[in-house]
Formats: sequence, C-alpha cells, structure tokens
Amino acid sequence: MRLPFKFTFWKGVLVIIWILGLIATIVRFSRGLGASTNLSDQFPWGLWIGFDILCGIGLAAGGFTIAAIVYIFHIKRFYPILRPTILTAFLGYIMMIAGLLFDLGQPWRIWHLLIYWNPHSVLFEVGWCVMLYTTVLALEFSPIAFERLGWGKPREWIRRVTIPLVIAGVILSTLHQSSLGSLYLIMPEKLYPFWYSPNIPFLFFLSAVAAGCAMVIFESHLSFRAFGHRLRLNLLADLGRVMLVTLVVYAILRIQDFSGRGVWAHIFENRTETQLFWLEALVGVIAPVILLSIKRIRLSTKGLYYASVCTITGFMLNRLNVTVTGMQASSGVSYFPSWMEISITLAIIATGFFVFSLAVKYLPVFHYPEANSRPQTVAPAERIAMRK
Amino acid sequence: MTKPKALLIDITKCIGCQACVYACKEANNLPETENDEAELSPTAYTVVKEKDEVYYRRLCMHCNDPTCASVCPVKAFEKTPNGPLIYHSKKCIGCRYCIQACPFNVPTYEWKSTKPLVRKCTMCAERQKQGKISACAEACPTGATIFGDRDQLLEEARKRIKENPELYVNHIYGEKEAGGTSVLMLSNVPFETLGFRTDLLEEPLSQLTWKIMSKIPNYVVVSGVLLYGLYWIINRRMELAELEDKSTDSHKSKKTIDQT
Repeated sequence: MRLPFKFTFWKGVLVIIWILGLIATIVRFSRGLGASTNLSDQFPWGLWIGFDILCGIGLAAGGFTIAAIVYIFHIKRFYPILRPTILTAFLGYIMMIAGLLFDLGQPWRIWHLLIYWNPHSVLFEVGWCVMLYTTVLALEFSPIAFERLGWGKPREWIRRVTIPLVIAGVILSTLHQSSLGSLYLIMPEKLYPFWYSPNIPFLFFLSAVAAGCAMVIFESHLSFRAFGHRLRLNLLADLGRVMLVTLVVYAILRIQDFSGRGVWAHIFENRTETQLFWLEALVGVIAPVILLSIKRIRLSTKGLYYASVCTITGFMLNRLNVTVTGMQASSGVSYFPSWMEISITLAIIATGFFVFSLAVKYLPVFHYPEANSRPQTVAPAERIAMRK
Repeated sequence: MTKPKALLIDITKCIGCQACVYACKEANNLPETENDEAELSPTAYTVVKEKDEVYYRRLCMHCNDPTCASVCPVKAFEKTPNGPLIYHSKKCIGCRYCIQACPFNVPTYEWKSTKPLVRKCTMCAERQKQGKISACAEACPTGATIFGDRDQLLEEARKRIKENPELYVNHIYGEKEAGGTSVLMLSNVPFETLGFRTDLLEEPLSQLTWKIMSKIPNYVVVSGVLLYGLYWIINRRMELAELEDKSTDSHKSKKTIDQT
C-alpha cells in the first residue's frame, strides 16, 4: 500500500500519542475527573495545572520579551526571530487553554469568568490576563496570515496599532506570569518552605523571562535542524546574555529569600523535597549560569543549546515542585499523574508541535521582508538602544 | 439586624453517637452510606472522628473572611452576614482553587460526576431562614454542639474554660484562626493532636493576596505610561540620529563637490 505521505518514526509516535490522548479524552468527558485522573480532595491540582498551565504559560514568555525588545527598545536586529517566537507563544497559550478545558470540572462554564467578577481572586486576574493576552497574541500573529492571504488593508490596520498592542502584551504578561506564583501566596501553611515565599510573584516572573528566552534559543535550534532555517548565532548569544543576567538576579532573590525566612536550616535534610530542590537549583540555575558565564560557551551553538535545555528543564522542575512536590507533605497523600493525565498532556504538546510545523510550512513565519533585509537606519538605532 | 450565628462544639461532651451526621444527611438530602464515612465527602458534610477515645467533628468552619470566597474566580462562595458561608453551585466552573486553598481542608469535590460541584456544610442556611437552628445542633443529645449568636457562644466558651481550667485546654479553636470562624471548638486535648492546624495566621489569609492584587490598577497605569514613554524616547532619538546621519552625509557630499 502506498501512503500519500512519508511515514517516519516521529509520525508514528505522534499517531500513538494521539490515539492514547483520544481514549483518555473520552474517559475524561464521559466518566469524569475521578475516573481519568489521580486527583482527590487532598490533591485537587495535579499535572494539568502544574505542567500544562504553569509550565506552558511560562515557556511562552519569549513572546512578550522579544516583542518588547523589537518594538519598545527598537533593537530591530531581533526581527528575524520575532515571528517564530510570536507563533510559539500563541500556540503555547492555545495549548494551555486546551489543557485548562480538560482540567476544569465544568469547562462549558468557562465564560462565567466574564460575568461573575471577583477582583480578590488571583485566578480571576490570571483568567482575564490570559484571555486578553491570547487576543493580543492572535492580533500580533494575524499579519502573518494576512500576508499569506494577500490582504493588504487589515495588515495595515494591525501595523498601526502594533505599539499599543505590544505595550498591552507586556503589561498583561508581567501581570499573569507573576500571578501564577501569587496563586500560592494564600497557602503559607500548605506549600513547603523551599517554594512558599512572599516573593513568589517576582520569582515566577523572572524565571519565566529566563525560560522564555531559553525557549527561543531551543526552538531556533530545532527549526534549524528540522527545516534548515538559518541560525542567527549573534542574536541567540545576546539572548543568552539576557538569560544569564535574569538567572543571576533570580538566584540572588532566592538566596535573599531563603535567608530572610530561615530556610537554610532545611537544605540538607534527607527528604524528597530537598533532593528535588537541589536538582532544580543545579539544573535550572547553577548549570546554566556557569555555562553562560563562559564567553566561549555562550558564543557557541552547542553551548547555548545546552544552557537553554538546562534552563527549560530546571524551570519545569520548579513549577512541578511548586504544584506537586511542595504540596505533597501537607496534603498527606502522594500524587502521581495517571496514564490518562499524562497522555492528554502529551497529546496537547504533540498537537502543538504538529501545528507549528504546518504553520512554518504554509505561512511566512521565517521568510518575510523584514527578516531578510536590514534597513539602513538600524545600525545607529541599535547603538542608541544599547547605550540606554 | 440579626447577629451572626455560630456553632460551639465542646469536644469533651461528644460521645461519638453520630446523631449529627445522620441529621445532617437528612437535612441536606444526602444519600445514606452503608458504613459511616471516615472523611468529609460530597455525601458527608460532617463526620465524627475518634482519636484515643476523644470524639470530635469535622465540618466547614464558616470563616469570617473565607479563603475559598477570596480565591474563587467567579464568586461562587458568599459569606452571609448571619454566619453561613454558602455556595452558589450555578456559578462554579470547577477550578477547585477553593479545595486547594482552604486552610481547614474542608471543601470536597464530586470527582465521580461528569458535572461535578463542590460540596460542603451549609450551616443549614435554608433552615436558618425558616427560623430553625442547624440540624446537627438540634440532633445532638449531649449538647456537645450548640447553636447561637457568635458573641454569646464565645462568652460561654470562655466561661467553661474559666470554670473548668483542668479539663479544657486554654484555646477556643476558631476564635482567631484564619481571621476567626463561625464554628468554635473546645477541647480537653491540644487541637493539633486531633489534626487541627494551630499554626494558622490570625489575619485572614485573603490579606496575603490582596496586598498584591490591590496594586494592580496602579501597576497597569504606571507601566503603561512608562513603556510608552520609553518607546517614544528611543524612537525620537533614533529619528534625530537619522537626521544627523543624513546631514553629515550631505555635508560630506558638499565637501566633495567643493573639492572637485
């Protein structure tokens, strides 16, 4: 039998993940959360909140970071990676919303957020910011579709409102990236002291910026390998520097926070929390800071790649430590996601990758006028922007 | 205006007869289960537990400034002025933040349902509207659970401790916990040995997030102005630099013309 497309190993993996995800989806919606997840009254938030939402949103933070660099700071040489980053962020948010629809007990009531307001609730704020920011991302992404369709006028409208859109995007992102941490402010007696901190909003924001930059580097490497797109090492090395600075500030804040709350006494106790804390710190902060501090490594393709993989892994460990490891002790139960929770998460990620590759194939994501030509005025502009 | 009501549960008087549990099920139309349920569940809004022959109840504490009401994104929880903390099931979207955040681990979820709701004690808000007292207090044969005005019950609790200091631990659980609750408890053993958290803050937990949340409008305005200002300044300097470049260019070209 001849298939209309080439059947590769990864396509096989994709199909298996989709089949498992489909079975899990059917169980989830026909038999409820109890039958499909290992969640309980003692452990009401699990993998879907910890991974799909907390990690997903954080890893999409590249979107607002690069948009701000390009449009607000006028560092136009980042233009070539703007579109792939916006696309990743947009897909990331859509994936996160998909995950949320699985997690909510009554997802068909999600619109209640629009009419029943509770300004005291961090989740209310997160919900609104995510809704608005996804709209912003859709608008920021729309020129790509308009170009493909040859719609000049709407393209022009969007161009005119770019600056307000980007500013709104930065504000909304700062708010909800930090608010995902603020969700835990109200649980001082539940979250383990390694992760509970009055500074958790700032820590979440900073780590998201670092992880967002790391994602841009990581993704550039993947597109380079998969689609043969040019790798712009000088840009990625600059992002590496942003990552380094952010991670160092993050580390200082966390050290200060540990001292302020007297947590140092616990860091060598023989507990699961301690081990996972050290893993998070080593992989997510210490290793990338060392790698990125060495100029030779920071300026090499491989070095940047490994530093970004470390940062991303450490970031995910941190978010899962907050949602799962850190809540374990106070909950009195031990939670591990069911195979259905895992397959739905994997299916969402796989679909994201799939849509990304389709978009790259059919839309001007990597090849667009601004990406390839460098306007004459860019050089002095950069000098000024850098001097500031 | 009616004064806020409360329940006073005197653990020393509880004999573990489960009368409150059954009365609660009847009042709330909850299905009977074969065995007595050990933990709070969607079919048990209250349970009687036993530890070393001390019987004690678990139920919603009906906080004065409830954490669940503060975290709920759709305002599905409402603290009524006369005491009960009620749940508007039609609003609930099922995020389960209330279950996650409740410092007393009270709300339970209908995990088995495909249209799940949060379930917890209602302090018999409906019965109270009809002028009745809570079903558990009505059913209690020993007076271990009594119903009344919160301030009077607090006074009663203080009186009992004062009159019998050898029996009671000097702690009215719920007087100050998490900002105070409408369920008050007295015990002859320290509350933490029964699994009650005694390390809760005395200020309502909602304050911890409100400190941040209340700053958001200011943040939006200030950062909006700052970001636009930043954009404008950099943009302006770029334009000027461009002009400068052009004028030096033309200057240069003039020179070359002169030289020729």
